[in-house]
Amino acid sequence: MSMFESRRLLRVLRRTVVQAVPTVLGIVVLNFLLLQLAPGDAADVMAGESGAATEEGMAMLRRQFGIDLPLLQQLMAYLGNLARLSLGFSPRYGMPVGELISQRLPSTLMLMGLALVIALAVGIALGTAMAMTAGRWPDRVISVISLIFYSVPGFWIGLMLIVLFSVKLGWLPSGGQETIGGGLAGFDMVADRLKHMILPATSLALFYVAIYSRLTRAAVLEVASQDYVRTASAKGLSPLSVTVRHILRNALLPVTTLAGIHLGGILGGAVVVETVYSWPGLGRLAFESVMRRDFNVLLGVLLLSSLLVILANTLIDLLQAWLDPRIEVR
Amino acid sequence: MAIVELAPEAPVVAPAVGTWRALRAFLRNPAAVIATLFLLLVTLIAIAAPLIYPEDPLSMVARPFLWPGQNPKFPLGSDSLGRDVAAGLVWGARISLVIGIAAMALGVTIGIVVGATAGYFGGRIDDALVRLIEIFQTTPSFLMLVVLVAIAEPRVESITVAIALVTWPTIARLVRAEFRSLREKDFVTAARGLGYGHARIIFIEILPNALPPIIVTSSVIVASAILMESALSFMGLGDPNRISWGSMIGAGREMLRTAWYLTLIPGIAIVLTVLALNLIGDALNDALNPRLSAER
Repeated sequence: MSMFESRRLLRVLRRTVVQAVPTVLGIVVLNFLLLQLAPGDAADVMAGESGAATEEGMAMLRRQFGIDLPLLQQLMAYLGNLARLSLGFSPRYGMPVGELISQRLPSTLMLMGLALVIALAVGIALGTAMAMTAGRWPDRVISVISLIFYSVPGFWIGLMLIVLFSVKLGWLPSGGQETIGGGLAGFDMVADRLKHMILPATSLALFYVAIYSRLTRAAVLEVASQDYVRTASAKGLSPLSVTVRHILRNALLPVTTLAGIHLGGILGGAVVVETVYSWPGLGRLAFESVMRRDFNVLLGVLLLSSLLVILANTLIDLLQAWLDPRIEVR
Repeated sequence: MAIVELAPEAPVVAPAVGTWRALRAFLRNPAAVIATLFLLLVTLIAIAAPLIYPEDPLSMVARPFLWPGQNPKFPLGSDSLGRDVAAGLVWGARISLVIGIAAMALGVTIGIVVGATAGYFGGRIDDALVRLIEIFQTTPSFLMLVVLVAIAEPRVESITVAIALVTWPTIARLVRAEFRSLREKDFVTAARGLGYGHARIIFIEILPNALPPIIVTSSVIVASAILMESALSFMGLGDPNRISWGSMIGAGREMLRTAWYLTLIPGIAIVLTVLALNLIGDALNDALNPRLSAER
């Protein structure tokens, strides 16, 4: 990379970061205020669960959690914590929020990663097949299938996959992240983990298979009408070679860069899919902390997921700026 | 784009696409016609629910765990509490359609107001609104939805508002882009020259020209609102006093191993309804963008 080029990329990076800081701050403040509107707090939920609680006991809990302070003071305390890179403490789980999240994050990221890989691989394959048979029956059949994928609720297809592959066929586990008490190690452990991931990742991926197949179809048709593709065909290259080496290469860039945009959506979908498969991830943690009014955890998860989305967008900006020197200022 | 003569009361410009031609193109698409008929049927069933199944769909009326076809009085069977699955399906259609359409209407209205303001005025207002849109779009929308509904107590109204709150940014982005490209057009300059106010230019002159993509997106938004509502009720965040397709799946999930029809049947209702809406969205897109459909 030349000196000039890296300086250009640095400028793009600086611009993105400068834009991201107020967005993140806005998100934190907005989420914080939003959660204050919720009826009930962690002390109420804990009192409700224990069945008996005195006014003094509740007041003590609130003082302990720091939720008896005035709103602005709580917000300042939270922002102060953030400035020291701390997400606060979860009274319910009895550990720092950062630690709690970092325990759950890897399994969610793995699930999302596999889902994204499945979505891109299947979506691009289907989309290319559609474009190559545009207007004929394979195109129509696949486009109906992809529209069905687009219309299926992820949690429902998840349950139906469990019925078929776990209950009826007994091929794959119906939930969890690994065989409990299996005592597996090495390759067996990896295979076991993978087996547990197939169904949830597929449920999560189907919706995006639909999106990517349609995007690929459009992108391939667009590129196929370019002059250099006609040239490649005219010089006698086989249709397959033209498709793979000349069309797909150029059509895939817009498709794969879009994958980053869907990160937020996939994360949201993970909340539901993790519920179906009792997957110990971030989505499940978010849902539990909503129900328990454990707002420190919830704020942490919300902030982290926003940061993930921003990070993905930044990487895409950089990738595009690197590939296309004309992009500099939006 | 055809510019008609400047009659003082008429909008300065005719709709960009011939409405009749678009309608004819839509009706020539067999999938779209079938989807429309299906949706009409679902709507009729939803409206007529109190006539078809007068009693509360949450009440026990049959022996628990009747399989579909086992008892002709309960063609789709009964669940673990002896509730009629067919009645649940019929009443659930009401919730899905009401929330889907109301959330779309609210979300599209907010999106149009914000997007039009940002795109039409530009400058600082635009910067501020774009930042607001970004804040909303950076938080994963389903996560946001769960938080909003849990905060507001799950009821039909709060679920509707919450879904609208996570969908408006999509429309706002779209409307903003349309307005940015339309505001420099001759007919807008002409309208300004005639001394029309901002509100009139935005809503009567520009908005009709920006409608085709908004209409297409709206049908997809109804579909995704129905999906979101079903996911919320599946997770137990639906209105506890109303039966919905998602809550039926959530309840049936406990018996997935033995009575999987309880999960299958409401899911098929969701898939067919959402599929119909997406087919209509596709057909509208083709009908309203003749250039694109010619390329197909």
